[in-house]
Amino acid sequence: MVGGGGIGGGLLENANPLIYERSGDRPVTEGEEDEQVPDSIDAREIFDLIRSINDPEHPLTLEELNVVEQVRVQVSDPESTVAVAFTPTIPHCSMATLIGLSIKVKLLRSLPQRFKMDVHITPGTHASEHAVNKQLADKERVAAALENTHLLEVVNQCLSARS
Amino acid sequence: MAAAAALEAVAPLGALWGLVQDFVMGQQEGPADQVAADVKSGSYTVLQVVEALGSSLENPEPRTRARGIQLLSQVLLQCHCLLLEKEVVHLILFYENRLKDHHLVIPSVLQGLRALSLCVALPPGLAVSVLKAIFQEVHVQSLPQVDRHTVYSIITNFMRTREEELKGLGADFTFGFIQVMDGEKDPRNLLVAFRIVYDLISRDYSLGPFVEELFEVTSCYFPIDFTPPPNDPHGIQREDLILSLRAVLASTPCFAEFLLPLLIEKVDSEILSAKLDSLQTLNACCAVYGQKELKDFLPSLWASIRREVFQTASERVEAEGLAALNSLTACLSRSVLRADAEDLLDSFLSNILQDCRHHLCEPDMKLVWPSAKLLQAAAGASARACDHITSNVLPLLLEQFHKHSQSNQRRTILEMILGFLKLQQKWSYEDKDERPLSGFKDQLCSLIFMALTDPNTQLQLVGIRTLTVLGAQPDLLSSGDLELAVGHLYRLSFLEEDSQSCRAAALEASGTLAAFYPVAFSTHLVPKLAEDLCTEESDLARGDGPTRCSRHPRCLQALSAVSTHPSIVKETLPLLLQHLCQMNRGSMSPGTSEVIAVCQSLQQVAEKCQRDPESCWYFHQTAVPCLLALAVQASMPEKEHSVLKKVLLEDEVLATVVSVIATATTHLSPDLATQSVAHIVPLFLDGNISFLPENSFSGRFQPFQDGSSGQRRLVALLMAFVCSLPRNVEIPQLNRLMRELLELSCCQSCPFSSTAAAKCFAGLLNKHPAGQQLDEFLQLAVDKVEAGLSSGPCRSQAFTLLLWVTKALVLRYHPLSSCLTDRLMGLLSDPELGPAAADGFSLLMSDCTDVLTRAGHAEVRIMFRQRFFTDNVPALVRGFHAAPQDVKPNYLKGLSHVLNRLPKPVLLPELPTLLSLLLEALSCPDSVVQLSTLSCLQPLLLEAPQVMSLHIDTLVTKFLNLSASPSMAVRIAALQCMHALTHLPTPVLLPYKPQVIRALAKPLDDKKRLVRKEAVSARGEWFLLGSPGS
Repeated sequence: MVGGGGIGGGLLENANPLIYERSGDRPVTEGEEDEQVPDSIDAREIFDLIRSINDPEHPLTLEELNVVEQVRVQVSDPESTVAVAFTPTIPHCSMATLIGLSIKVKLLRSLPQRFKMDVHITPGTHASEHAVNKQLADKERVAAALENTHLLEVVNQCLSARS
Repeated sequence: MAAAAALEAVAPLGALWGLVQDFVMGQQEGPADQVAADVKSGSYTVLQVVEALGSSLENPEPRTRARGIQLLSQVLLQCHCLLLEKEVVHLILFYENRLKDHHLVIPSVLQGLRALSLCVALPPGLAVSVLKAIFQEVHVQSLPQVDRHTVYSIITNFMRTREEELKGLGADFTFGFIQVMDGEKDPRNLLVAFRIVYDLISRDYSLGPFVEELFEVTSCYFPIDFTPPPNDPHGIQREDLILSLRAVLASTPCFAEFLLPLLIEKVDSEILSAKLDSLQTLNACCAVYGQKELKDFLPSLWASIRREVFQTASERVEAEGLAALNSLTACLSRSVLRADAEDLLDSFLSNILQDCRHHLCEPDMKLVWPSAKLLQAAAGASARACDHITSNVLPLLLEQFHKHSQSNQRRTILEMILGFLKLQQKWSYEDKDERPLSGFKDQLCSLIFMALTDPNTQLQLVGIRTLTVLGAQPDLLSSGDLELAVGHLYRLSFLEEDSQSCRAAALEASGTLAAFYPVAFSTHLVPKLAEDLCTEESDLARGDGPTRCSRHPRCLQALSAVSTHPSIVKETLPLLLQHLCQMNRGSMSPGTSEVIAVCQSLQQVAEKCQRDPESCWYFHQTAVPCLLALAVQASMPEKEHSVLKKVLLEDEVLATVVSVIATATTHLSPDLATQSVAHIVPLFLDGNISFLPENSFSGRFQPFQDGSSGQRRLVALLMAFVCSLPRNVEIPQLNRLMRELLELSCCQSCPFSSTAAAKCFAGLLNKHPAGQQLDEFLQLAVDKVEAGLSSGPCRSQAFTLLLWVTKALVLRYHPLSSCLTDRLMGLLSDPELGPAAADGFSLLMSDCTDVLTRAGHAEVRIMFRQRFFTDNVPALVRGFHAAPQDVKPNYLKGLSHVLNRLPKPVLLPELPTLLSLLLEALSCPDSVVQLSTLSCLQPLLLEAPQVMSLHIDTLVTKFLNLSASPSMAVRIAALQCMHALTHLPTPVLLPYKPQVIRALAKPLDDKKRLVRKEAVSARGEWFLLGSPGS
């Protein structure tokens, strides 16, 4: 699905990227502490799931690189749908598929099964946008990719808490 | 006679012959020690031993010779201090000669030489001759490890005692040693060899032309790559070798030309540990190097450090890189130069500036911070470096601040400026004009004030911090700057709720700066705040509600925040007290929260006064009588039954007054405290109101007699005062006071006053010296408790008294405490008091805030929790097993309170016996027990994974069950435990992985977000278990 090239050693594709600010922790509201009030799954909650995913190249999160933004998350709890668009830092980023896969895997592990999820590249931000989107939408290819030990390793590293 | 003596002398000699035979021919080991012991005791001489060995030393069979020499060497090792100079000379000659012998003999010969190297009687010249012989005859590296170690020991011994002689050998000694250690592989020997090289260099032995050889023979081990074998009996760690090799490499500037290229090469390698070791070694070298050594390598060193800091993903490499740069710069700053030499510091710093400054102009990009950190690391090295860099960077950053208009960009720039300003504090400048900041002061101030007025909170925050740092520079800010700064801080102190952090920072900055500039704050801030308080009074009269609500508490907070200087306290404290009096006198009822706000403000002022004894007494003397007067007044029966003034008597309000009085009392000197206690105790016992500032009341003050319930509540204030006094302050009428307190504690008035009386009694009891009077008080208390508990309406008051008295005694390890604890434990199965008794254990184990505190001079033994645990947990466990089903939860609850408060290291060894009970507690339907048990188990999962692994099956099942509990807090705690489970050894967990991942899918859809959050992190970790890349 994707090669692991470019990871560890060698020159970075983009050595001095723009850095964006991290949003703070979501403040806990009174309603959230009330046993009775149900809290629906909203865009911020989805964003909180994916914003701390590590970039495969930099010691930075997807949020700091502005690859994911809260405004590019669409969610409907009653309809059980989630759509996330992500923006690679440069249009030729060879990591795009890997980043998409990490987001997808994070959502698969963190959301209730009832959700139908769509992860795609923000339109017009990547050279091979269509091809990457097609790969990410193909359930079988995603499953096959996760059978690949090397790929799974990189995805897991992206999803591990930074020590 | 003579014949008899001769016979006696012969007899042991005969024995010696036998022993020697047994050792040499009979291959027994024991005789060697026997012979040595006999020599030591004087039965025969070393010479006689040599004679007895005689033929075996010259035996043609090398094994026999070796055995003979071995015996002699072993004897010498134990008896070298008995040798005479003449004997030593002969023995040395003999041994040196034997070095040429068969290889089987060599180990014993070396042992003998080692014994002789320890010998004090060694005549001059022989040490050199022994070493020469060894260097010439022995090929050390073909010997086994132990024998190589012997050679190092001989050298070490001689270096310790014959330094001058060895130095006479000149560089030959160094060369000889190089050959000895060349090729050494054993870590034990390397530690000794590195030590020898270190001594060669540091004690100034001649290295002659062999500097490079000596470097080669040691540096070939760099970087150390050694992993001790499992269960290594020698206990040599990788770190030991790293440090001793580093000591050698960094011990002399002579190695610089060889070492620096090596370090650069290793920093550039791919291996993390090599990078770290190289940077640390470079750092160590800078302590002895000068400009001369570094000169040729500076460009490469800088390139390597820069690359590491710019690119690394490891914070440790970054930190070591910055530390190395700091040392390099310090080294260049320190070197003394010849008049005509070029100062490398300037060109080095210019290089750094050239490579970093353009990154500072891109505040959005990744490299901005690494660049700033590099510059700051260099600037932190010396005053000169700091000047050079600051004078270059500050104008640039000031310009960039104005060029960039976005708040977040400005924030980054200002944060960098802040970093450089902080560095200034490291250097003190004698002359005001020399200070590099003077020239930038005006620009900096205007920039800070821009930041303070920016809508972006983050930028404001950095602005406040920068202002604080700038203000801490002595004599920098003008009075005009200060007036403006105070104005900004005043404005920021009244910010809206959503910029809470900014407001808090502004208050903190006011406090810090007020300590430096009390006059500026007294002139420009305190009057404004005073005015605000008054205006609000009149607003209040006009019913101008909303603004009052928001401004009022902030004004109070600001007043307490600036009370950091004694002269300011003298203005703020009267203001606050006056305000409180006016609230009480006003026509409209003050709200509870307003009175509390004033008291909290007083409390903060009191805390700030504690540091200075004079302010402390001023506060006590001013505030305490005033507060008491207000409270007494409020407790008086009034004709027009005014509820308004009763606000002061509410539980919450009294609690804050209690902490003000306690804080104002704990730091009093015993003398002053004695003055105060002479007024306050008679006030409560005799209604003596003469010392109160306003004392015309409508009735008498008799809290212990027939006073109203309002008056009885004020016993809490008495408690605050007497329980905070230093232990050596004598309390007048103590006996009477204790009896009155006891009486009130079991009186059927409101629970607030009876609890206050019980606490006050307990607080005094805790501090009272052991003796007859204490025993009397205790007896009275026990009688009172028993009478109350037996029956009737006062059971719960008697229980409260029991609880507090028990706590007072447990804290000081009083012998009666166990008795009282047993009584308390007995109440766990009481149908009425059982649940309260269970919660009582929480009180026993926790720290109180108002009485029985260390700050209030109570006697609190450090290990009281451990002791309580050891003494009582077995009984609790037994009680649990014996108790009827319906009261079992009380025992579990009591137990979980005890365990929860216990330091985890104490709990860990007890776990195996308690774990089954804790696991049972997880099935207890009481959600308080569940929660407390989960919070007890969670840290244990992290800290004692091995023990917990044994119960994995139960743990998984119960945690998963509880993750569906109706209580949200329990669900959260259970999921946190599921997360903590992942710290157990992976092989234990893997069989459960599919089941857990399936089960955790359900809480992902919990209706509460906080629960889902825990489920997500727990499930995420379980996915990573045993998976590549985790």
